[in-house]
Amino acid sequence: MKPSPLRYFRPTSLPDALDVLARLGDEGKVLAGGQSLIPLLSMRLAAPPALVDINSVPGLDEITVDAGTLRFGALVRHTDLERSDAAFAAQPLLRRALLNVAHLTIRNRGTTVGSVVHSDPSAELPAVLTLLGGSVVAQSRAGGRQTERKIPASEFFIGPLESALRPEELAVAVEVPVAAPGEGTALVELARRHGDYAMCGVVARAVVEGEQLKSLHATYISAGDMGSVVDLGAEVGAVGADQVDLDALGAFARKVVETDGDIHATAEYRSHLVQVLTARAVRAAVDDAVNDVRKEAS
Amino acid sequence: MTTKMFGSPIKRVEDPRLLRGEGRYLDDLGHDSLIAAFVRSPHAHARIVDIDVTGALEVDGVVAVYTYDDLAEDAAATGSGVDKRLPLLIPHPALHAPRTGYPLAKDEVNHVGEAVVMVVARDRYVAEDACERIVVEYDFLPPVVGLDAAKAAENTVHEDVADNVAAHLVQEVGDVEAALATAPHTLTLDLHIERSASMPMEGKGVYAIWNGDEESLRVYSSTQAATSVRAAVAATLGMAQNKVECVAPDVGGGFGVKIVHPWPEEILVPWAARKLGEAGVAAEVKWTEDRREHFVSSAHERAQEQKVTVGFDDDGKLLAFDFTFWHDNGAYTPYGIIVPIVTSTQVLGPYKPGAYRCEFFSMYTNTVIVTPYRGAGRPQGCFAMERAMDAIAQYLGKDRTEVRSRNFIQPEEMPWDHQLTFQDGRPLVYDSGDYPASLEKIKALVGWDEFEKIRDEARAEGRKVGIGLATYVEGTGPGPYEGAHVIVETSGKVKAATGLTTQGQGHQTAFAQVVADELGVRVEDVEVTTGDTRRFRYAVGTFASRAAVMSGSAMHIAARKVREKALKIAAEALEVSVDDLELVDGVARVKGTPEGAVGASLPLSTIAVLSNPLRYAFDEASKAATQFAVGDVTKPPVAPGEEPGLEATGYHSPPRSTFASGMHAAVVETDPETAEIKILRYCVVHDCGHLINPRIVEGQIHGGVAQGVGGALYERMEYDEYGQLLNASYMDFLMPYVTEVPERIEIDHLETPSPLNPLGIKGAGEAGVIPSAALIASAIEDAEGFQIRSMPISPSELFHLREAHARGEVPAVARGGESNGRPGTKTRRKKEKETA
Ligand SMILES: Cc1cc2nc3c(=O)[nH]c(=O)nc-3n(C[C@H](O)[C@H](O)[C@H](O)COP(=O)(O)OP(=O)(O)OC[C@H]3O[C@@H](n4cnc5c(N)ncnc54)[C@H](O)[C@@H]3O)c2cc1C
Repeated sequence: MKPSPLRYFRPTSLPDALDVLARLGDEGKVLAGGQSLIPLLSMRLAAPPALVDINSVPGLDEITVDAGTLRFGALVRHTDLERSDAAFAAQPLLRRALLNVAHLTIRNRGTTVGSVVHSDPSAELPAVLTLLGGSVVAQSRAGGRQTERKIPASEFFIGPLESALRPEELAVAVEVPVAAPGEGTALVELARRHGDYAMCGVVARAVVEGEQLKSLHATYISAGDMGSVVDLGAEVGAVGADQVDLDALGAFARKVVETDGDIHATAEYRSHLVQVLTARAVRAAVDDAVNDVRKEAS
Repeated sequence: MTTKMFGSPIKRVEDPRLLRGEGRYLDDLGHDSLIAAFVRSPHAHARIVDIDVTGALEVDGVVAVYTYDDLAEDAAATGSGVDKRLPLLIPHPALHAPRTGYPLAKDEVNHVGEAVVMVVARDRYVAEDACERIVVEYDFLPPVVGLDAAKAAENTVHEDVADNVAAHLVQEVGDVEAALATAPHTLTLDLHIERSASMPMEGKGVYAIWNGDEESLRVYSSTQAATSVRAAVAATLGMAQNKVECVAPDVGGGFGVKIVHPWPEEILVPWAARKLGEAGVAAEVKWTEDRREHFVSSAHERAQEQKVTVGFDDDGKLLAFDFTFWHDNGAYTPYGIIVPIVTSTQVLGPYKPGAYRCEFFSMYTNTVIVTPYRGAGRPQGCFAMERAMDAIAQYLGKDRTEVRSRNFIQPEEMPWDHQLTFQDGRPLVYDSGDYPASLEKIKALVGWDEFEKIRDEARAEGRKVGIGLATYVEGTGPGPYEGAHVIVETSGKVKAATGLTTQGQGHQTAFAQVVADELGVRVEDVEVTTGDTRRFRYAVGTFASRAAVMSGSAMHIAARKVREKALKIAAEALEVSVDDLELVDGVARVKGTPEGAVGASLPLSTIAVLSNPLRYAFDEASKAATQFAVGDVTKPPVAPGEEPGLEATGYHSPPRSTFASGMHAAVVETDPETAEIKILRYCVVHDCGHLINPRIVEGQIHGGVAQGVGGALYERMEYDEYGQLLNASYMDFLMPYVTEVPERIEIDHLETPSPLNPLGIKGAGEAGVIPSAALIASAIEDAEGFQIRSMPISPSELFHLREAHARGEVPAVARGGESNGRPGTKTRRKKEKETA
């Protein structure tokens, strides 16, 4: 289990990194925390001719909250983001999600941006980003000119391990909107063992105004289509926050969210989990939203 | 005064070194050596048509590429046996169709992972690059995967074994047919257990150094049987044994898989080192197994299908136990049929079975070989018996513990002869044990009699909790023998060595405790070496919970001889009678003399000096021992019948195995919605005779329970129909993390000494793992109210069982006051004998 021969670059500035990526094109692969990429290389499931290690690029490890947007750079480790009180205040769902990502030692190295870019349908972050309507900030250089584009989550995730990022692009950061007033979120998942990828997970976001439920959405981990959001609110209609029919929502989700079987869970069991966990996640998200409204009021 | 060390829960002396990262495991050795890697079969069953290695030879850094043809050529040229099939280590008359593989596949591969080509290169990266460029052309053969396919025998694993049956064994005591015919009640259970594997954190590994000047080999192997690896290497390479040394360095776990020998690599790596050494290319070759290799080219265990028919009376007393099972032995049988033999005998547990008949078929499949993994067939036997006990209790509407106690062998009936032949070829006779006392202890520990209330309260809250119990008897410490050598150096420090190996059990501590007591020295003054043929040449190996029993006893015997010798020398020097002396605090002294009294004592260091009359005074101590300084000039310096040196060798060779026992109880909770399974409590009552070190014993139990939880709830080998192992990584083979193992394992001990060894001890290495599958099945059954017949069980499977139960396809069990009638299927006695 050793990687195939490869060239290794360790640029020390952002322009250099982008230049190397531009030069390498298809041949280059970004190395961030390495927690997903290194195993793939070691098992020779991936054999890129060149690695561009971005760990020495300065300025990519910042977490900022500005104008309603929480932004974290490409070298922000899961642990950094999870422990950032500013990030938690801005968008509490991230911490809730990150605590379900692998184990501490992996979170200490793995980057949250890397987890987004990796586009694993079993990972928490793609589902979170999709639900929150966040975006990926991608930069590239051609002919000495640096360009940047923001790719919304709805366009970013193309399929399992496939994103809209081009080979010459570096995802320099990810942005998510700061939680709105009356917004409540929750992530509920079931994994075989502590820290494993979930057999099924549900991320839910509810917005409550006064006593009324304004909107209710969910995305799925290890189930459903990557990048798609299930509008549960449309199913519930305009009801009071305490009147959401959880059983009906669960049954609805089971109908609309497709599942596959694998060695850990049959498709049928996954569908069952979609149902049960949707109800649990919605309950928690609505409660969270109601609490938020109460906090605002007091 | 030195306190008695036997029985003291001192901390393990080896741990600080290992915890600080100062262990020297196989891959920590030989940094400059050449590295081997293997091309392994990607197919479960195929004929090799052609192997093209030219691409590999072009890779910079590649030193050699070997296929079977090279082995054949070498054998022809040197007379070595490297072209022969690997040995059948443990032949047995019932193993009528044994098959073993070649070190490198000759013309057929029989499982994914079988070694086909060996590459030796500058480093592992280069070696793997080269492996990728080797093109092997295969002709596919239909694979046989799983016991159903093996039994159906539409395809065969080995062309000349038409029914895929490697072994067929029947043992019968009494007339089972007649007993079943007259039994008031009979029940039949169809049971199933999945594959798992040892999975030591450190995989296998071999590092060989050829010494061209001496024409000798030193072989380091991450093995559980250093002396046997040495013998196998010497035999296969055609070398004298005294030209081969084998050393097991620190070994990062074994759990059974490293008792098999010689692994192909244990032959190939030394062979390549000699070949390349003689050619003047390089003299050192190393191979370190990676995790993927370990999954597909080491060994697995456990998979069995079982059919149990029990006959019993109204009290639940067994009148007949008819046990047929099919054991999946994988592609080859190098380790014989030890595992199914153990299942077929240890199934009996603490019970008198009435008439007993066991029949098993050991079946070939195109999968990784099956050899003992901690428990070694016992978990399967325990599963069969304990599921049957629960079924009888349900059927009769009795408490599960009541039915068990009806059938116990009583303490006063010991030694108990089951009139069967055990795995060691000797009669299955239990030496001692007190099962009723064990049951009382486990019931008290877990609160068995109060559980009904807890279950009812939980049910009222919509929660599902259940309790389970399982018992086992474990044959431990089988022979033939182990030995030990103990020497007191002139520094007064004690060096002890035994031939069997250590994989983390704490032998350095436990053996030192035994020796320290005999010699009256501190534990830290005793240094223990294991698994090094340079230090001790005769040994069997570390398996079957035998190290403490066998080598521990040998240590005791050797140390006692040294003690006697020391006292004799001291008595002469002090001019007192031996009977007046004692060995304490590192000195021999006249009993009752106050500390520090002149002339009344002699340090062990001085006795060691005196034991060895010398000609030359190379240091202060030796000055005292020169022939010009001591002794009676009229007598020979070394008396007739004596030997110089304060040392001795001792061997322990008991007539039979000693039988440890225990009972586990657990409380589990299952989520009514998600079908998650959580262990709320795990209790163990354990009887391994006297405890050398309770802390070490409990550590063994903890580790065993952790592996048992893995086997019960998480681990399986997920083969597809083509014989591809789909979960050959730690990502998908789910060993429990510490977060999955119960936080607290509640332990109580019972000490029923063994009469078969001087220390009264029994083995403790495997006990923790044996009852897990049976236990957890029992507890889940109790929580859910329907039959569990197959283990391990995942939430997904429990979910489907619930659905099947709701459809009426899985029978209910009545328990805890529930009255869903009498479950279980009453069956007629089968008229014909089972045939496969
Ligand atoms: C045992 C284990 C358990 C795990 N469990 C979970 C889990 O439960 N949930 C979960 O979500 N994840 C899990 N992970 C994955 C972990 O979260 C990874 O850290 C994460 O997926 C990738 O982050 P990384 O920085 O390590 O990326 P790397 O491994 O370095 O890269 C991953 C991929 O993203 C690309 N990439 C990374 N950063 C950039 C960038 N800035 N620009 C462009 N391309 C980039 C790389 O080229 C590569 O293709 C687990 C990992 C392990 C080893």
